Amino acid sequence: MQIKLNGEDFVIEGGATVAQLLHALDIQPQRVALEVNMYIVKRADYQTYEIKEGDTIEVVNLVGGG
Amino acid sequence: MQDKLVIRGIEFSSRLWVGTGKYKDFEETAKAIEASGADVVTVAVRRVNLTDRSKPTLFDFIDPKKFKILPNTAGCYTIEDALRYARLGREACATDLIKLEVIGDEKTLFPDVCALLKATEVLAKEGFIVLPYTSDDPITAKRLAEAGAAAVMPLGAPIGSGLGLRNPYNIKIILETVDLPIVVDAGVGTASDAAIAMELGCDAVLINTAIAGAKDPFAMAEAMKHAVIAGRYAYKAGRIAKKLYATASSPLEGMLL
Repeated sequence: MQIKLNGEDFVIEGGATVAQLLHALDIQPQRVALEVNMYIVKRADYQTYEIKEGDTIEVVNLVGGG
Repeated sequence: MQDKLVIRGIEFSSRLWVGTGKYKDFEETAKAIEASGADVVTVAVRRVNLTDRSKPTLFDFIDPKKFKILPNTAGCYTIEDALRYARLGREACATDLIKLEVIGDEKTLFPDVCALLKATEVLAKEGFIVLPYTSDDPITAKRLAEAGAAAVMPLGAPIGSGLGLRNPYNIKIILETVDLPIVVDAGVGTASDAAIAMELGCDAVLINTAIAGAKDPFAMAEAMKHAVIAGRYAYKAGRIAKKLYATASSPLEGMLL
């Protein structure tokens, strides 16, 4: 399935939950935040939240800043 | 001197807050923060680097258990963006603290205070502990307090300018008229600027560029630490009044004729 991930086209083989996507991307769920179509998915829901065809996903973390 | 800063029940062990931007690398960031003695570190919310997962991240070097992590909304020019980044920051940091920035202009990075007021109101209602970065205008500071800010963070001078406190009299008026902790955010260039802010009675100072951009960031971090402590002590001690003419420190009595 085709999604938009951090502004880029991205293909996921088969279905996936948010937790599975993060795992596939080698991203630890601590200290990231994730939006699906501008909606923040709570960390507690990562295991159950299903990603759908065409979703726009943003994964952010914390970087140096003032 | 038992003199801890408390904001909404959160106790702060240092009155120097530091940013984590502009350092050469994360090792330098961590060492400078250590030298500063700060317990608040600000961070920005940005996209995860998906192309190179082997690259280290800030938290490989900074233990989040040792510091209060203060996410910011830097780079946001609209209310909507600021709210979005604040909510993402809360989710990523598991904190209600937010350094709220709504920037009005690229060149000055001055805040858009109208947008800032509205964003403060929304986030305060959502349970955020809102620390807005604002101009040195006392009326705006008052309005931010009314909008639900937990502290007010007026700039001393433009971000990264190092010009020091350009309008200490306005900061003084803010201190007298706003019944919230006041944190000078932006503009500090060197230790004396931080000391002046604290001598005025500000509750804390937030510094990034002056430390990160110094020739020796570790020495400057330590200088800032001492300046903030010295300034606070001087404020609590109460300075003498300024006079135009001299008053002798040594007695006239007992002088040889």
